[in-house]
This record gives sequence, C-alpha cells and structure tokens, in this order.
Amino acid sequence: MKNSRRSFLKLAGISALGLGTKPVLNAFASGGHSEKHEAEIQKNPDALKAKRWAMVIDTRKFESEEDFEPIIEACNKIHNIPKHTNKRHEIYWIWVDEFKHVFINQEHEFVDDRVKHLPFLVLCNHCEKPACVRACPTKATFKREDGIVLMDFHRCIGCRFCMAACPYGSRSFNFRDPRPFIKEENKEFPTRMKGVVEKCNFCAERLAVGKTPACAEASNGAIVVGDLHDPESEVRELLKNNYTIRRKPDLGAGPAIYYIV
Amino acid sequence: MLELAIKGGKKYWILIIGLLAVMGIAFGFWLWQLSFGLGITGMSRDVSWGFYIAQFTFLVGVAAGGVMVVLPYYLHDYKAFGRITILGEFLAIASVIMCLMFIIADLGQPMRALNVLLYPTPGSVLFWDMIVLNVYLLLNIIVGWNVIEAERNNIKYPGWIKALAIFSIVWAPLIHTVTAYLYCGLPGRGFWLTAILAPRFLASAFAAGPALLILLCLIIRRVTKFDPGKEQIQSLAKIVTYAIIINVFFFLCEIFVVFYSRIPSHMDHIKYLFFGLHGHNALVPWMWTSMAFMVTSIILLVNPITRKNEAVLAFACVILFIGTWIDKGMGMISGGFVPNPLHHVVEYAPTIPEIIITLGVWATGFFVLTILFKIAISVKEEVSGV
Amino acid sequence: MNDKNIIITGLIIFFVFLTFPFWYNMGKASPVPEPKLTDKAKAAKECVEPKEYMKAEHMQILDIWRDGVVREANRVYISETGKKFNMSLSTGDDSCMGCHSNKADFCDKCHDYASVTPYCWDCHIEPPKEKK
Repeated sequence: MKNSRRSFLKLAGISALGLGTKPVLNAFASGGHSEKHEAEIQKNPDALKAKRWAMVIDTRKFESEEDFEPIIEACNKIHNIPKHTNKRHEIYWIWVDEFKHVFINQEHEFVDDRVKHLPFLVLCNHCEKPACVRACPTKATFKREDGIVLMDFHRCIGCRFCMAACPYGSRSFNFRDPRPFIKEENKEFPTRMKGVVEKCNFCAERLAVGKTPACAEASNGAIVVGDLHDPESEVRELLKNNYTIRRKPDLGAGPAIYYIV
Repeated sequence: MLELAIKGGKKYWILIIGLLAVMGIAFGFWLWQLSFGLGITGMSRDVSWGFYIAQFTFLVGVAAGGVMVVLPYYLHDYKAFGRITILGEFLAIASVIMCLMFIIADLGQPMRALNVLLYPTPGSVLFWDMIVLNVYLLLNIIVGWNVIEAERNNIKYPGWIKALAIFSIVWAPLIHTVTAYLYCGLPGRGFWLTAILAPRFLASAFAAGPALLILLCLIIRRVTKFDPGKEQIQSLAKIVTYAIIINVFFFLCEIFVVFYSRIPSHMDHIKYLFFGLHGHNALVPWMWTSMAFMVTSIILLVNPITRKNEAVLAFACVILFIGTWIDKGMGMISGGFVPNPLHHVVEYAPTIPEIIITLGVWATGFFVLTILFKIAISVKEEVSGV
Repeated sequence: MNDKNIIITGLIIFFVFLTFPFWYNMGKASPVPEPKLTDKAKAAKECVEPKEYMKAEHMQILDIWRDGVVREANRVYISETGKKFNMSLSTGDDSCMGCHSNKADFCDKCHDYASVTPYCWDCHIEPPKEKK
C-alpha cells in the first residue's frame, strides 16, 4: 500500500520533470511525504550546450571528392546508416551533390569552375522554422530548445508527411529493415526499424557527452559547429569574416547550416 | 435492416464472393507489406507518397461529392433528390472507409496509428484530416441509417436528423479542403503550393462523385426494380457539367500563373507531367489522356441533346471519372514530387503488390457499397411494394 | 420454436471457442521464472530503484528515460540513494544492458512467460551473447 503510493508520487514527479514543468514537481515535493532524496534527472555536466546550434561549412577547404569521403563515412558508421542495394530504399544523413542541385536558383551558366565542379555537402538544415515539425502529426519530429531538429524513432508512425514537407530533401524512410545492410554495427548507437523516417540528428548523442558532431570532427576544420547566439563563438567569428549563403533562403525556414563559398 | 443484405439473388452473391476474393488476396499482400515494409511498393526517398495517398486524395473527393445530392434536397427542398439522397450518403460512407484504409496501408508503422490521438498535434494538418474524415463518416452513417430506417417504417425521419444532414453538408467541403491543405501548405513543393488547390480539389470532387452516382443509378435501374428516376439523373448531370467545367477552368488558371510567371520551381512539375523533364516522361500519355477525357466529357455534357441521351451520358461519366482519376490519382501526387527538392528527376511507378493492395481497398469499398445499396434498394422496393 | 436445437448447438460451439485457451493450455502451466543476475549486477548491489519496484515498473522507468533522453537530452539519473546512473538502455558499460548483459536470462525469460514482445531490439543492439 505504502509502496504503491510512493511509487506513484515518484513517477508523477519524474514525469513532471520529463515534461520540464518544475512547479508541478515542487508541488509534489512539498506534498508532505518525507524522503531524504528525490530521484532526479539531469543533463550530463560534460554536455556541449548552445542557445542555438549552427554549422558553418567552409567549402574552400575541400579540394576533391575524396575530401568528403571520410566525413560521410564517419557519420554513416557512427549512426549505423545502411547501404541499401536498391536505389529506392537509400538512406542519407549527410551526402554530396552539385552546386546547381544544392543551391537551386542561385546557379548560373557562368559560375566559376571550382563551384561548378566541386560537390557540396548536404544534410538536415535544422531550420529555425522547420516545416517537418509543423507537419508531423505525433510530434515524433520536434525542435529542441537549442535549435536541433530531432526524430523520436519510437513515436514515428511512418506517415512521411515530414518528407513531403521538407524543402531540402533531407529525410529518408526505412522502406525495409535496415539491419542486413549495415556492414559493421556500432554498438553505441541504435539502428532503426522498418517504417520510420530518419535524418541527421546533429550528433545529439555526441553533444550530450561533450563531443562535437562526427562530421565536424572528421573535416580537418572545414566544418565548424557552435552557438549562433554567442558572439564569441567560432561560428559567429566565421560568419562575421566571410560571406556565407544558405539553401533556399526565400522559403523563410531559416536553415542553420551556412556555406562559405 | 442488416438482414436485407443476406437475402439476395445468385448474381448478388457472385458479386459479393468476387469482391471478398479480391479482398482476401489483397489482404495477403498487405500482410507481406507489413512484414517486409513499404519497400515492396514503388515509393522512394524522392517520391515518398505514391498510389495509396493518391487514391486517398481522389476518394476524399468522391466522398465529398456525395453531398451534391444531399444539399439540393435538404437546403433547397428539391424533392426529386429525396429518392436518392441515401445513395449519396452511402457512397460517402464507402468512400471514407476506403480513404481510411489507404492511410493505414500507407503508414510505415500502422500499429502506432493511434499515436495521432495519444500525442494530439493541432499544428499538423494530418491531425485535422483524421478528425474531419472520421466525423464525416460518422455523420453519414447516422444520417443514412436513420433516413432509410424511417423510410422503411413509413415515417418521416426525426428533426435532429435533418439538422445533422445540414451539418454534414457544411462538413463535406471541409474534408476535401483539409485534404488539399495537406499539400498546399508545404513550402518546398511548387506544384502544390497554390491557393487554387483546394478549390480545384472540390471542383473535381463535385464532378467525379456525382458522375459515379449517375453510373450507379443507371446500374441500379438495370439490375433492380427501383428506378432512381430520369429527372434525378439529369439534375445530377447538370451538376457534373458545371463542376467539371469549373475544374478545367481552375486548372487553366493554374497553367496561366505558372507559365506566365515562368518560375521554374512551379513550372517544372507541370512540364514533367505534360511534356516530360530531362528525358523522363512516364506520365505524359496519361496526363494528355486525362485532359482529352475531361474536355470530351465537357463537350458531351454541355450539349443538351447528348446529355439527355442516357447512353451518351453514361459514356461521358465514365471518361470523366477516369479523367479525374488520372488527374488526381496519378498526376497530382507524383507531380508534386518530381522533380525532387534538389531538382533531380526520380520517377515513380506503382509495383504489382502495390496495385493489388490498392485494388483490395477498392474492392472493400465496393463491398461496403454493395451491401449498403442492397439494403437501401431492398427497403425502397419493399416500400413501393413491387 | 424449431430453431431451438440450432441455437443450442451454436451456443455450445461458441462456448467451446471462448474457453479454448483455457482447456488447450490445461496442465501446461510453467512456474514463474526468476530473472538471473550477472556477477556484475550482483556486485553492484543496487539498481536505479529498489528491486521490487524495478520488477513491477521497469517499463515505466524506461518510458520516462526514453522521453527524457530523446526529447530533453537528460542523460543522468540520480537515484534516491544519491547514486548517478547513465540513462541508457544499451549504450556503454554503465547502461542497463551493460550491467544486465544476460538478456536471455534477465529479459527474455519473463517476457516470454508473460507473452510480451517489446520491440526494443528492433533498433537497440543486443549485448553480445555470453559464451559458456
């Protein structure tokens, strides 16, 4: 009897914390039952934090297609991204495409040779006003307070409304069980199951333990992440000193991925 | 009244068993899809919605189209339609059931479908679409069932039924408007990003729905003792005529805006559909067929001489139905996804399993429709004592 | 009534179907399994919550943890005894499965008995099976 009441209070308290409503928790805590310690949920103290995460890609630092491979490979490996044999089932988190495909409407016939022939990295833009989040009927995709747009694979029903909504083609769907197509499983990160949508997660799992995103780590300084709201941050420094462009700025989605061309 | 559905002739049972057989086969394929995943369809990363969602979109239209017999009767007291309002309501029920089945067929994780209720998200149009469709289904079941029951008992339906019927008249355009909003509010898809999309959906719905009803009326007259009536069919034909003309007009408005402004992200989709893009042109013959069918049906329907000839009318309705089906059921969804946001042309074609599952849902719809119509018509035969 | 026999036969058939699971499984009841602890788990002595509580409510804890980790980036659980835990099902040695690495004896046994099939392992990678 006593135990079940205690469990209930504790669960209610934890759930309230999970929802981020501290007043509710306090109300429960002052509810008169005497425990020495309440169970608590906290952030990892080593976690990297930002008010608004952003990424700057210095495309001048890439010289050939080989330069992109270790970056894409690092992401694919860490996140257990399958290599499907059927083109229709392909899954990308970060990949490359030509300027005219990445920056539609910004290309012209006489664009310089380097830009014309050099591939550009593309990934989820972690938009300020993400259309995918607006579309999702279950909040399975959501924007975190620090600006990262994430997927909750447990909740996704696979309606693919977010894929139709994303103006950048950054989302992929598991048309079948991905496991047989993952060469080497990274035990530190889950795979996905069939029937859910996935995309770049800005390495949320790495930020949480104090590591920078895998692509940035593998890029020899060509990719920098940081806090857009911190004037001292490296991304702000780069944005201040270089002319940068973003994909489809006219849509007003506010991408957080900036490109130095 | 359900007992009326199990008293039928040989042909009735052949139809029922035939439909059940198709449903059974398709169910098997659906189980396969459930275990393998949506990879058995032709959908891809680039065309992430295909045949299922397209059928859903078209059938929401057919469901909404049913209102075109309900509205004149309840709002304008057009007595002639009193004979056939029930057919419109039952057609709406069957159509909405198909819509819901297509949504389920399209989900990657159908077992989690109720997450939509568990985590209600008013910002998502899909959330609202679920609400409007289910309410419309419920309205039509309640109104349809009570009206036919009252008719059987030779009494007038209760007053609250009329209130609900009028409510359903307001609701019908809503279901197709919300369905259009699924598409036309998406920032990166130029083909759908147009305010005319919802009106266009409604116009094609009010053409396709009543056209199907005319065909059903003609079939009913032939195979049962109940005659829906010449006047009724002609009135429906006039509704169809106006609606299809408005549909084509709206489409031409879209064509003007897109091709006069010449904004590539809007133009390329229509170019792909009607002329092909970068050598990809799988839908070109279909789209021109659709246009030709719709225009031909207009010519046949506008002219009173051809419209009043029921054989010609039936032909016009058939090609109109096919034309609007190609337009919405094939072009509307694929067209929005090709070219993709990075401007690559990746084409889509449904696979055999996908087509079989689609047929299965259609068969289920016709199964429901057959049973409901059987009940309605048995009641009508009973009442008129033939 | 001429239909009396038919109705009674129908009722009997219905009743037989209804009770099918009971008489089909008669005499086959197996004893309630007891989850086994690994040496590591035994040595640790305490889990994130008391044993009885975990037995009954571990799914709730997992559910809260999953929302906390995925949606709020909260990854540290401080139990009532003040001990800190890494909130993770399967990542790292200090995760649930890092301690309870004997999935077959710790999870599956009871789940099979209760006939529940959680879909955790569709995505989360199982700890490698211990070779004996």
